[in-house]
Amino acid sequence: MSAILECRNLSKSFGGVKALDGVNLSIEPGRVVGLLGPNGSGKTTLIKLANGLLTPSDGELLIAGMKPGADTKAIVSYLPDRTYLPDWMSVRQMLDFFEDFYADFQREKAVEMLGRLSIDERMHLGQMSKGTREKVQLILVMSREAGLYLLDEPIGGVDPATRDFILDTIIRNYNPSASVIISTHLIADVEAVLDEVIFINGGRIVLQKSVDEIREAQGKSVDAYFREVFKC
Amino acid sequence: MNREFRSDLPIYTQLVGQFEQDIASGAMPPGERLPSVRDLAAELGVNPNTVQRALQELEREGLVFTQRTSGRFVTEDTAAIARCKKTLGGRHIREFLAAMTLLGYQRREIIDLLQEEKEEES
Repeated sequence: MSAILECRNLSKSFGGVKALDGVNLSIEPGRVVGLLGPNGSGKTTLIKLANGLLTPSDGELLIAGMKPGADTKAIVSYLPDRTYLPDWMSVRQMLDFFEDFYADFQREKAVEMLGRLSIDERMHLGQMSKGTREKVQLILVMSREAGLYLLDEPIGGVDPATRDFILDTIIRNYNPSASVIISTHLIADVEAVLDEVIFINGGRIVLQKSVDEIREAQGKSVDAYFREVFKC
Repeated sequence: MNREFRSDLPIYTQLVGQFEQDIASGAMPPGERLPSVRDLAAELGVNPNTVQRALQELEREGLVFTQRTSGRFVTEDTAAIARCKKTLGGRHIREFLAAMTLLGYQRREIIDLLQEEKEEES
């Protein structure tokens, strides 16, 4: 199968600072991948490059063989690390908005998940708690039939029940032809839902391995192994 | 099944162990239909590919089988289930014997202790 995401010698500099430095990696369809690294390791830069929000300084990044652009945005569903939807919009308006923007948006799916959480469609984002907002955004993002889901810190700063809902949503919407990339530093929380992990540090890929391989070879969890590799 | 996993073993091997336990003990009776991979994954809070891998291993062991259109079932081969139970039981016994040997007990003494335990129970 051909890669859904591929980086070849990908670099990105901001001024003189290299945020990504010669990254090579390939992600197959049907995988749930953890993009793990300490703060400032280049996780968000990599995700923004995959979205076309940034352009490479050197090398290339391909989504299903294409350079990021309108065609790739149609198959990439992105959850940013911060809220981007305006306070004044109601849930219903956001559903309309997503339906207009994305041909692959499944409105019934979103409505069903919102219903499960008893979120009223008339509610405005500005009226919601941080946790509810994050759930609504995730529901919108996961209700697309995308080829690649890019979730930047989806579980940062939410309570354990919300975290379980988020992971459950990711599992339930799993589809064997799509891949999910979850960037986080909260490894223990996501470890059980991952197929493979990518460790990134200082803009370089440290390793890309399956979770089972790490547990088998190291006799410890990915979380414990991460702490060992990135020991300060 | 529980959602807690040990950190030092691959999750799929732990899932295989849990299924073996449930099939051997009869908690999952012969011929019972298994939930779909997706439902199991959601229920257990693990990756669907991990569940898939565990089920394939159980299929290889002959403890579950797939019917093309209707899903996966626990085997109806009671001899296979009995063999699995015996293997699991044997593992517990060897662990027990290893721990007792470490304490300095001889095989004869262990059997006497088991006998005493049995008499106290009855």
